[in-house]
Order: sequence, then C-alpha cells, then structure tokens
Amino acid sequence: MTLFQIFIPFLIAPFVPLIGKKREGRDLGMVLALVPFLLFISFLFEFINLKPASITPEVYQWIPSIGVDLAFRSDGLSLLFGLIITGIGSAVFLFAGGYLGRGIETIKFYIYILIFMGAMLGIVFSDNLLLLFIFWELTSFSSFLLIGFKHKYVASRYAALQALLVTGLGGLSLLAGVILINSVTGTFSISAIIADPSVIRESSLLVPIIILILGGAFTKSAQVPFHFWLPNAMEAPTPVSAYLHSATMVKAGVFLVARLNPVFTGINLWNDSLMIFGGTTMVVGAFLALKQTDLKKILAYTTLSVLGTLIMLTGYGSDMALITMIVYLTAHALYKGTLFLTAGAIDHSTGTRDVRILGGLLKKMPFTAYAGIIAAFSMAGMIPMVGFVGKELLYETSLSGEPALFFGVLFAGVVMVYSAIQAGIHPYFAPEKETPLSPHEGDFTLTAGTVTAATLGLILGVSASTLLAGMVGLAVSPVAGKTVDVSLGLWHGFNMVLFLSLGTIFAGYGLYTVREKLYLLPQVYGPLEYLMPSKLYDKALNLLMFTAKAQTSFFQNGYLRNYIITIFATALLLVGGYFFYHLDLTELVIDPSMEMYEAIAGVVIIAGAIIAAVANSRLYAVMALGITGLGVALVFILYGAPDLALTQFSIETLSVILFVLAIYKLPKFLKLSGKNSKIRDLIIASSMGVFITFVILAVYVHEHSSELKDFFASESLPGGKGRNIVNVILVDFRALDTMGEIMVLGIAAIGIYGLVKLVRKGG
Amino acid sequence: MILFLALITGILTTVGIFLLLRRSLVKVILGLAFLGHAANLLIFTIGRITKGKAAFVPEGLQSPFEPFADPLPQALILTAIVIGFGVQAFLIVLFKQNYKSLKSDDLDDMNTTDML
Repeated sequence: MTLFQIFIPFLIAPFVPLIGKKREGRDLGMVLALVPFLLFISFLFEFINLKPASITPEVYQWIPSIGVDLAFRSDGLSLLFGLIITGIGSAVFLFAGGYLGRGIETIKFYIYILIFMGAMLGIVFSDNLLLLFIFWELTSFSSFLLIGFKHKYVASRYAALQALLVTGLGGLSLLAGVILINSVTGTFSISAIIADPSVIRESSLLVPIIILILGGAFTKSAQVPFHFWLPNAMEAPTPVSAYLHSATMVKAGVFLVARLNPVFTGINLWNDSLMIFGGTTMVVGAFLALKQTDLKKILAYTTLSVLGTLIMLTGYGSDMALITMIVYLTAHALYKGTLFLTAGAIDHSTGTRDVRILGGLLKKMPFTAYAGIIAAFSMAGMIPMVGFVGKELLYETSLSGEPALFFGVLFAGVVMVYSAIQAGIHPYFAPEKETPLSPHEGDFTLTAGTVTAATLGLILGVSASTLLAGMVGLAVSPVAGKTVDVSLGLWHGFNMVLFLSLGTIFAGYGLYTVREKLYLLPQVYGPLEYLMPSKLYDKALNLLMFTAKAQTSFFQNGYLRNYIITIFATALLLVGGYFFYHLDLTELVIDPSMEMYEAIAGVVIIAGAIIAAVANSRLYAVMALGITGLGVALVFILYGAPDLALTQFSIETLSVILFVLAIYKLPKFLKLSGKNSKIRDLIIASSMGVFITFVILAVYVHEHSSELKDFFASESLPGGKGRNIVNVILVDFRALDTMGEIMVLGIAAIGIYGLVKLVRKGG
Repeated sequence: MILFLALITGILTTVGIFLLLRRSLVKVILGLAFLGHAANLLIFTIGRITKGKAAFVPEGLQSPFEPFADPLPQALILTAIVIGFGVQAFLIVLFKQNYKSLKSDDLDDMNTTDML
C-alpha cells in the first residue's frame, strides 16, 4: 500500500504533458492538486486508524544481494510528515497553476514537483537506509531543477548549483554514514537498527557514524555553517519556496535526526552536537532576519531559525522537548507554507515583495489577508493558534535548560514576532503605497490553499487538548523510542510562560517600530566577512574550477606525443616501478645460447627497426618496416608457427605496397624535432623496451602449464574436424572472434573506400 | 634464445614508441606498426616457444604428441596481425587524404579543429 502511495507521483509525472495538452495553467493545477489531496486523505485514514503496537514494515525484495529492499514503515512520525507533505502539497499544487499561468514551463514545473513529492514521501516512509538515501538524493536533484526553474537568470543557476553541491556533499556524508552503520550492524533496515541500538552504541565506529549522519542532516536542513544555500534558494518560484524550503525538504534533515534519535539519544556527542548547531542556527537565523525587507528573505531566515530550534529540541532529548519539537514542526509547516504562498500572491498582484512599499492590501486582497494574518498570529505565537501551543511548550522546555539556551530561545521568539508582523500584518494594515502593479485579489487557486492551511492552524490550536495531542502522541513515540504520554492544552493559566509570551510579543512589536533602523544593520561585521561560509563556498568552488582548468590544459594540451608520454610514463612509474621493485634478478633464466639461423632472423629484425628509426626518407623507413616484418615472419617459421609466417609474409608485402603507393610522391622527412626532445623520447622508449624485455624474462621464471593447449590439441580433430589446430581454433572454437575480425576489416575497407572517394567541397 | 627474443621484443618496443613520439605522421604510423610487431612477439614468446614442430595433428592420430607449439597464442596473433593490417591500411589512406588538404605531415599543425 505504502509502495503504491509513494510511487503514484512518479507514475503520474510522465503523463503531465498529456494532461497539459488538454488543460493549461490554472486548470492543470486544479487537476494535479488531486494527486496530493487524495494521498492526503489516504494518509489521514491511516493516521486515524494507526495502532502503534502493530506496525509492521512493508517489505518487497529489490536487490537482496546487498540488502536493499523496498521496505516501508508507516508509523506516527512518517504519517505526520506524509500529511504535511501532501497537505501543503495540495495547497502548493493548486496555487502554482494560477501563479505560473499557461505554458510549457508550467508543465515542466509540475513534472519536477511531482518527482520531488514522490522522493520526499520516499524519505519519510523508507525503512531501509539505502532506500532512504536514494530518495534523499532524488530530492536534491529535483530541488536543483526547481530552484533553477527560472534558468535564464544567472542568480537562479548559481543558487541551484549551490544548493545541489551543498546538499549533495551532505548526501555523500550520509551515504558514508549509512555504509558504516551497515558494516557495524550488517543490515540497512531501520526497524532492525532501532530495535537493537546497542550494536551501534558500543561500536568503535560510533563517532564517525554520528558525524557523517549529522553531516547529511545539517546540510539538508541548512544548519550553520551550511545555512547559506537556503536564503539563496529563494530565487526559486514562490510555490517552490513554500513547499521545499519551508514545509518539506529542509525538514528532511530534522526528520532523519528524529528518525534515528532512538538509536543515538543519550550519547553526548549526538545530543550536544544537535543542541550546539541547532541553537547557533536558531540565533543566527533570527539575527539575519532582522534586516530583511524582501518578504521571501524574511521568511527564509526565520525558517533557518525554526530549523535550528527543531534540531536543538531533538538534541535536548527530554520527552517534553520532543513533544515541543513535533508541535512546533506542525505549526511551522502550516503557518510558513501559508505565509510563503501569501507572499507569492502579493508578489503576483502588486509586482513587489518589498515590505517597505507594501501596505493597505486588507481590502484589496481580503482572502489573502485573512490567511496571512491568521498565519502571522500563529507564527508570533498568539492565542489560540497552534503556534501559541508550540511557543508555550518551547519556553517551558527552555526554562529548564541552560541560561544561554533560554536567552537564545527568547531572542528567536522576539524576532519571530517581529518577522510575523512584517510578513503577515504589515502588508495589509500599513498605509497604502505605490506598487508596480495595482493590487487585486487572485482567483480561488491563489487563496483556497492558504485560507485552508491557516484555518487548520487555528483548528489545531483550539483543539490542542484533543486533536493535536492525539496527533503528536502518535508522532512523538517513534522519535523517543518509547511510548510517550502527551497532554496538551491551550490555556495553562497565568504563569511564568504566559508572561514570557506576552513579553516577546511586546518586544517584537517594539522591534517593528524601529524597523527602519534594523534595515540598515550590516549583514556581517568586519573581519567576520572573510570567514563567512558562503564566501568560503565561493572560494572552494573557484579553486576547484581553477584546478580543473589547469589540469585540463596540462593533460589535454592537443599534442599527441604529450598524451603518449604521459601514458607511458605513468605505466613505467606505477607498473614498471612495482615490477622492478619486486624483481629478483638472480632468479632470471639467462640462456644466451642460440643457433646461427636464429641470429640471422634477429639481426634482420633489429637492422630493420634501427634503419626505420633513423631514416630521413619515407621510402627507406617503409622498406625497413618491411624488412622487420619479414624477420618476424622468419621467427614464426623457426618456432612452429607456419600459419603466422604465411600471414605475416603476405600482409607485410601488402602494407609495404600500400605505403609506397600512398607516399612515394611526398618530399623527404623534415627535421621536425630537436635534439633534446629526441633524447627525452629515447629515454622513455628505451625504458619501456627494457621493461618489456625483463617482463619476458620474468615470465620464464615460472613453470608454464596450459590447460588450453591440451584442450585444443585433444579436441581439434574430434571436435573441430581439422588437423591444423590453429585453423580449427580460428574458424571453429573461436569463430565469433574471427567473425569480429572480418567485420573490423570490412569496416576498415568501407572507411578506406569512403576516404578515397572523398571530394572536398570548395577545394 | 629466450634472451635474444626478449631483447628483440624490447628493441622493437623502443623503436615503436620512439617513432610514435615523432612529429611526422608517417613516422607515427610506422611506430604503430613496430609496436604491433613487438606486441605479437611478446605474446608469442610468453606463450612459451617450441622449436620446429607446428601444432598439427599427424595423419592417423587423434591428437599431436609433445613437443608441439602452443596453438592458442598463434591464433591470437593471427587475429592481431590481420586487424593490425586493417588499421594500418586505413591510417595510410587517412594520412594521404589529410596530406592532400593540409600539405603537411607535421602533427603540430593538426592540433586544432579549425582551418588554418
């Protein structure tokens, strides 16, 4: 069942062009939004009927030899993510049709985003680490296509490549971690690993495993210092930002950490890394959000901050913290997805996303305003939104922790209020200003999704003690690795936490009143600029390109002899070096005895070779080649190979004739190479010659027993009906080789014919 | 004789590579031919050589009696000789056509795809 659900998006993707022929733009979006919506309904039924005690993985064999199965597991965590992916997906699919309009680009968009949705579902439902990795990489690739969607712009292509490289590098890290886990546990099955975590926890590879897995999670979820790709990825069309860069893909890292938390929790390296990196990201993201004026950038930096908070909460590890993580994650998906889409709707209708010139949209865009305001309330943590529940829990958790943590959370909370006002209140209530386009409400595709998602945030908040608590209870147990009792409530009376909530709201409003000053904040401070991860990324990329260029122009320099020298020098150095290092000269069989006729054949060959090497006339050189060929034929005769000799004689004669026909009119050789290059070439050539000589001598050290010789000798007559064994091999035992050989000759003949007949146009 | 054959193969390799590294295209083709001879002799020699007796099944017998030459390297070399010839013939004609249009057999004039 899960297999089917996950592959539906992949199955539908190829048919999008066909559907797109009948229905364009808005209509296409309405049809395709049915895909995530129906999946959402099916996940919802599963979620309602979920019995945590009786979850069994769904396993289909795929590559049994390396332990990769199509194994899926639908527990509370998977299903919660599945609901977010398909729920926000429905809104985004509906929105994108109206937002992007008609045309071939929209069709491409839906193909990419369907593949992305399938991959994302694959990640959250996989019960096999390698399968998870495959889907993980697939999200990286599809997000590359989506970020670079406006591929005519340099900034889009740059951002797409950056996201791909950073998350791709993290993917490699994850793969290495997965392989290490497999080498320790002998399985890729997540269920099996979680069932018996002691194998990993007690292994000597624990530290590298944790570091590599976190490398994957932190790049994907844009934790400091890998955070820089996320704000740049805002080059993508707004529906992509809403979907990938707030609700789903960037949460894949959080998901991975949550999924594997039962295995590693309690190990200091794991919890501390999560808290340090998550906490840093939370504060840095919030700080960088202060000066943003672009709606999408505001949302992107606050997303960073939230991702950091989620990672930090997982690292904190208490039941309370994990519950908070799940509530906060759900709340964030609902309000941030909504705010991104309302930002897209505002951009679509006014032509700008700059908060400084937006205002007065309440009456012009009432539905968008409703969704935006409700979502902003949730983001700011106002009662009775789900965001309020999340924020209360967050403050309560942080109060029990380190003071640094508490102040970090408080700072991020204040900025969250400030950013919520900017993104969800300011555009509707601020005084109206001149915008590039005259604002108007979009049709229902641009509002239906946001209104629903924002309302859902309200419903979940109001029903905190029932609906939300039930959901969270199912989702949090797999993260904690045990059953966790969840009791949530909207109202906790007048206590410290409520007081803090009110305080942050006032402080956030205070920041809003001095926003003009905040916009002037520098992005980085002085010497920090040189340490900025994005700068380091650029430097590393430039270095890579520079090295590639230098290496290419060094090796691929267009001179044949340089290639040949490189090849032979490498062979000499590596193979020859190894060979001579292990060569035992005393073992070699040196038998200098020879007969007169053998000597004659040898002298003929050597004479021909030397004449060819030094001749300054082509004709002489060709003659010398002929002489050598005849000498080789002589050797063949002497050592029982009459067939070879016969062939060699005729072929040698033929090639000499051909050569002479082709070159007899040409002038003498010019003296092309200088003395130095001749000496260099001679050294390389003779080293290779010496190497070959010693190879032959070394081969003779070992006894030779050829089973093939015996086989062919005894089978030639009975099996091949021939007495000339060489012939039988060629035309019978290895007839296919001979057919290939004939084909090579045929192709050469066709080539020669073509070349001879070639008439060059225009002389 | 093994030493002698090994030396011959080494010298043929040397000449082959030396010619392969020249700038004249004709010499490069010759170099390939010499390298081909060297390779054939290498296979022939390391397959063990047997003086005189070819791999024939004598009349009246079902299989030859030792000593006789190993037929397998011979079969491989036979294929190599013929294919080597095919390649060489093609190269010669290619060189001829190339010379017609470039009026040069200097490889350094041929390291660009653009017309000079």
